[in-house]
Amino acid sequence: MTLTAERPEVVGHPGEPEHEHGPTGFVKWITSTDHKVIGKSYLITSLVFFCMAGIMAIMMRTQLVSPDNTIVSQHTYNELFTMHGSLMLYLFAGPFAFGGIANYLVPLQVGAPDMAFPRLNALSYWLYLGGGVTMIAGFLTVGGAADFGWVAYAPLSDAVNSPGAGPDMWIVALLLTGFSAIFTGVNIVTTVFYLRAPGMTMFRVPIFTWNMVVTGILILLAFPVLTAALIMLWADRHLGTHIYSVAGGGVPVLWQNLFWFFGHPEVYILALPYFGMVTEIFPVFSRKPVFGYRGMVFATISIGALSTSVWAHHMFTTGVVLLPFFSLMSYLIAVPTGIKFFNWIGTMWRGSLKFDTPMLFAVGFLIVFLFGGVTGIFLASPPIDFATHDTYFVVAHFHEVLFGSAVFGGFAGLYYWYPKMFGRMLRESLGKASFWFMFVGFWVTFMPQYLLGLHGMPRRIAEYSASTGWTTLNRVSTAGSYLLFIAVAIMVVNAYVSWRRPIQAPANPWDGHTLEWATSSPPPHHNFYRLPPIRSERPLWDFNHPEHTVRKYEEALHGAPVAAGAGSAAAVAVAATGGPDGGDER
Amino acid sequence: MALAPVGRAAGVLANVAGVTTVRSRGRSRPAAPPAAGEGAAPRRSLLRRLSVPVAVLAGAVVLGGCNAPTFGAFRGATTQGRDEFKIWVGFVITGLAVAAIVWGLIFWTVLRHRRKSHDEMPRQFHENIPLEIIYTTLPIVIVGVLFYFTVVTENEIDAVSSHPAEIVHVLGYRWGWQFTYDAGDGRAQGVQIATTAQPALLAQPATSKEYPQLVLPVGETVRIVLTSADVVHGFYIPEFNFSRYAQPGVVNVFDFNPTRTGVFRGQCSEFCGLYHSEMLFSVRVMSDSAFQHWLSTEQVHQAGAGTGAAS
Repeated sequence: MTLTAERPEVVGHPGEPEHEHGPTGFVKWITSTDHKVIGKSYLITSLVFFCMAGIMAIMMRTQLVSPDNTIVSQHTYNELFTMHGSLMLYLFAGPFAFGGIANYLVPLQVGAPDMAFPRLNALSYWLYLGGGVTMIAGFLTVGGAADFGWVAYAPLSDAVNSPGAGPDMWIVALLLTGFSAIFTGVNIVTTVFYLRAPGMTMFRVPIFTWNMVVTGILILLAFPVLTAALIMLWADRHLGTHIYSVAGGGVPVLWQNLFWFFGHPEVYILALPYFGMVTEIFPVFSRKPVFGYRGMVFATISIGALSTSVWAHHMFTTGVVLLPFFSLMSYLIAVPTGIKFFNWIGTMWRGSLKFDTPMLFAVGFLIVFLFGGVTGIFLASPPIDFATHDTYFVVAHFHEVLFGSAVFGGFAGLYYWYPKMFGRMLRESLGKASFWFMFVGFWVTFMPQYLLGLHGMPRRIAEYSASTGWTTLNRVSTAGSYLLFIAVAIMVVNAYVSWRRPIQAPANPWDGHTLEWATSSPPPHHNFYRLPPIRSERPLWDFNHPEHTVRKYEEALHGAPVAAGAGSAAAVAVAATGGPDGGDER
Repeated sequence: MALAPVGRAAGVLANVAGVTTVRSRGRSRPAAPPAAGEGAAPRRSLLRRLSVPVAVLAGAVVLGGCNAPTFGAFRGATTQGRDEFKIWVGFVITGLAVAAIVWGLIFWTVLRHRRKSHDEMPRQFHENIPLEIIYTTLPIVIVGVLFYFTVVTENEIDAVSSHPAEIVHVLGYRWGWQFTYDAGDGRAQGVQIATTAQPALLAQPATSKEYPQLVLPVGETVRIVLTSADVVHGFYIPEFNFSRYAQPGVVNVFDFNPTRTGVFRGQCSEFCGLYHSEMLFSVRVMSDSAFQHWLSTEQVHQAGAGTGAAS
């Protein structure tokens, strides 16, 4: 790629031929090593799993609409919540973020032609698809799909208590998708460390990509532990070992420790990418730089570091963990998360805010995630956890956090980058309708669940007696879940409309800041013909608005030129006169 | 009556916020400063808008001290449960106060700073180190305080008396409960309560006789010795504000000091397989004399049943 000294034509189609003569259609899909094709495959596959898991949620909410309901049997209900959780967490929230959005965008944001290991990237997708199909196929076995919850606590998950092929397929599916995640993690981290464009120092990397670096490292820390734990579980089931069984001298609680040592970093593997997505959206729709860029990076790294030492807060009621340590570490996560919140607000503060659909979803994320975070603080206190553990209070908490990030944040990212990925716009009117259904549906669904938990309703129960007094709150919650269903259905309609009656997307529909908007929509085979000079974390903004760079603002503020610090944005003017000095870190 | 000074305090707070705003606005601004009159108007409305929610919140805190609202939770039917309830109320008030402030900031900026013209260009400020240090350290202080109360309370709840009046061995199994009574000195009392029917047959209200009932004396210390025969179960009594896992290979020991009589629901909270939803029990707390009477009746009854079965 070329670093240009004068202002180049970077918008629109550059008029040069596409140097791609590969196959098209189905053959392209199955043979491609292009990160954009793989990213889109990941994106669509994960959204299909999301819809399947959503339908399972609707079935469960329908079952709970009345006491002693028998719409589904207890056995089916157990399969439903197990597969709902497994699909949402293992097959949607993670792969959508790191396989879909990040796969597509990380090379674009750092100005690279592709991922560092394109073939590994393709392998990653096929492992993921294979794993996902394997997990779903459990429903076709004689005993049905896995039905021990997405956490598969030993010894409930052993061969005696959960016999059959469904649980085995669940284990194998997780091994496959686990390796897929590890490979993607390797790819993302390597790409960012080695394939950044000239001038793209680490402190000029967009926050989304920064978050993906930390996510990638967390994947490398967490997923191998899950893989090991699953192999031991498999050995217990089939090879006669007694790693998790008391009878053979094993330790059942070892599974919980291993699982949550994976499981809590996993929560941040699911959250950090979405934090990154909204951090891209707030500045663009506020026409301002990210407030506290370095603080944001510091907060992300802190969250990643702390997330490896909080796993036992899932185990407060086991009676075998050191309560104060895990409690304190869990509280401390509130600090970097708080920094992020204030930085997001600071980014919008006195900006010029425009509420297109991506921004609506991003602000929705802020509002809903905050409440999930506050109830997370409650749960970090062991006494409160004793009272609410395994109740709907916890269900409401983690749905607010995960739905808040993966769905509000994820839909924000989807609406934001859809024009780049598919070359066509989504309809704003449908997008806004989808948002309002989702925002209202979210509160109506999950607020009653907090109260249900406080009134003593345990999670994962298929039926309850009318004498418990839980009926009304359950009905409200179910009504809310139907609103959420409508919201997602509108989103699907929106994608269909944009497919049948496309509106061509320009290269830079949102006046974006980062490099992915400096190329056509969708980008050509190896992404860029030219790049703007990279002198800050928002090179395209500096290029398009040379009079409104951070450098110019600070010069005017202090009355003299300021030294170009690592994090402060440098002016394009310097690049224009000084020529290519972008090799300062290469 | 405490509301008036609280309202004044809120006014002072809002004033402080207003002053800070003025200072930051006092700096030179390169990009399109709003007109002077425009600068003053939002400051007054900021004061107005902040003082009401702050007063309401402060009022809630004051009221919380006198007659705590429950915020949906049980007040606790044991001394341990009451301790939990106290910390719950404190956490909810703190949490809602923090959430209200942050929500307020979000709504404020979202409502105030909408784009008014197509070519509007805001100031390109991107950091404020003192402010960032403040909002990094302030949460550390807050969670430090929360952590202190957490540790104090959890130590109270987990404290085990060396002289319990009664010891109950609780065994969870798929899908039922068994309660075996020992005297405080560990002597077996020959009373055992257990689930009497297969869960698949149970489509009864939770008060049904098919479900086992844990009988406890009020005002006494009862030690629970909890374990599981098969998979992990959750021994959960909502009105005691307490749950603990029953796990194979692990024995958990804790105390209850029931503070009022009555019948309370109990249920397995940790998913344990097919009939998890029906792994119910109940807890009856009665006066000590009634408890002693119940115990001796059960001793005679169960001894008789044992003899009858043997003969």
